[in-house]
Amino acid sequence: MTARGRPVLAAVLSLLAGLLLWAAAAVAAPTFPSLTGRVVDDANILSPQTEAALTAKLEGLEAKTSRQLVIVTVPSLQGYEIEDYGYQLGRAWAIGEKGRDTGALMIVAPTERRVRIEVGYGLEGVLTDALSTVILQDRVLPRFRTGDFEGGVVAGADALIEQLSLPDDQAKARVAASAEPQRASNGSVPTVVLVLVGLWVLLGLFGTITGRPGHRMDLWMLPLLLLMMSGSGHGRGGRGGGFRGGGGSFGGGGASGGW
Amino acid sequence: MLFPVLLAGCGVNTIPTKQEKAKASWADVQSQYQRRADLVPNLVATVQGYAVQERTVLTQVTQARASATQVKVDASTVTDPAAFQRYQAAQNQLTGVLGRLLAISENYPDLKSNQNFLALQSQLEGTENRIAVARRDYNEAVRDYNTSLRTFPTIIWAKTAYSSATPMQLFQAAETSQAAPSVSFAPAPAANSAPAPRAPAQ
Repeated sequence: MTARGRPVLAAVLSLLAGLLLWAAAAVAAPTFPSLTGRVVDDANILSPQTEAALTAKLEGLEAKTSRQLVIVTVPSLQGYEIEDYGYQLGRAWAIGEKGRDTGALMIVAPTERRVRIEVGYGLEGVLTDALSTVILQDRVLPRFRTGDFEGGVVAGADALIEQLSLPDDQAKARVAASAEPQRASNGSVPTVVLVLVGLWVLLGLFGTITGRPGHRMDLWMLPLLLLMMSGSGHGRGGRGGGFRGGGGSFGGGGASGGW
Repeated sequence: MLFPVLLAGCGVNTIPTKQEKAKASWADVQSQYQRRADLVPNLVATVQGYAVQERTVLTQVTQARASATQVKVDASTVTDPAAFQRYQAAQNQLTGVLGRLLAISENYPDLKSNQNFLALQSQLEGTENRIAVARRDYNEAVRDYNTSLRTFPTIIWAKTAYSSATPMQLFQAAETSQAAPSVSFAPAPAANSAPAPRAPAQ
């Protein structure tokens, strides 16, 4: 009885341990404001006119360069460091083009007196940490220190838009992207493709084991078939009227400051 | 003909997929640490020009960088607890002394207003932040992978087809390396060249 029960117990225990680990990993994330537009003023420091003007400029930036910049003000960082909060917010909203990660955020937390420029993976070459620091120190923080939040946000946004619209830097960004090839493999490959590639490899293995080339050909056709099937059923949802992130990701690039 | 499809359906690919994801995150951690190591010589040279009397810390930084880059990293590092510990300890050592270097630079107004230093400092801060993100992503990917080795149904594959798959190591959050370098407002110990206590190695 006990000899039989033991493996079962072990399996149950390991399952529980796994669930606990998973739960622990899932718990550690702040709650984020909803992405209501290109300017999310949850801390209420911007006038409606400024918000509308900024939104128009940010729309212009995306129309011109397909880069997404979002201005967000939060009433609370929920006890997180702004660096910690920022990249998770960027990932949760998925700002920036999918696969190219060309998104950036400007986050203002008036309660904690912190501001951050959060830069997506794909823009790290254009909007470097050093440049983000300069923008914050020269344009944003002096105005914040005098209590001019609106002026600081607008000046920072203008500087960011100016930098992100520069055509010369596209080449620079490409150089930076090619210098770090591992970026591309970072979670941007759809799972369908991964599963198919895995299947492909497995089929290759099976082919070599059975050692019949004729048979192998049949099996190698299968993933293609599956790909075609999944492709037909995989229509992309059209874009609604509201603004949403394009699927970009963030890795902690950018700079922060306090006042 | 249907057999491979069924196989794929019941999770035979889960373990390799998660393992590859964890490996990719490991590569990311390494590249961020490398990026930091690349910044250090430039930073040391800049600080040296303004605060040459801080030789102790500058030497410590150079040595910590050297030992961090000398730790041999290969495919087995992530599964070998001792090797992983060595890697982590060497990198944490560098984190500690770099924090001290930045704290000391607060005492040198000329250095603090140097544009080159400001750029380096922001790059270093950005890199430390990227390291933190990369380490967290790595831990998450590894936790996911390790869990799949121990939980049903993937444990079946872990025990049979992938019996060589071993759990990967996690980064431990070291309290001292997580804290931002504290800034001392005491007057600069300019003439005092007595060896400062070494930053605790984690």
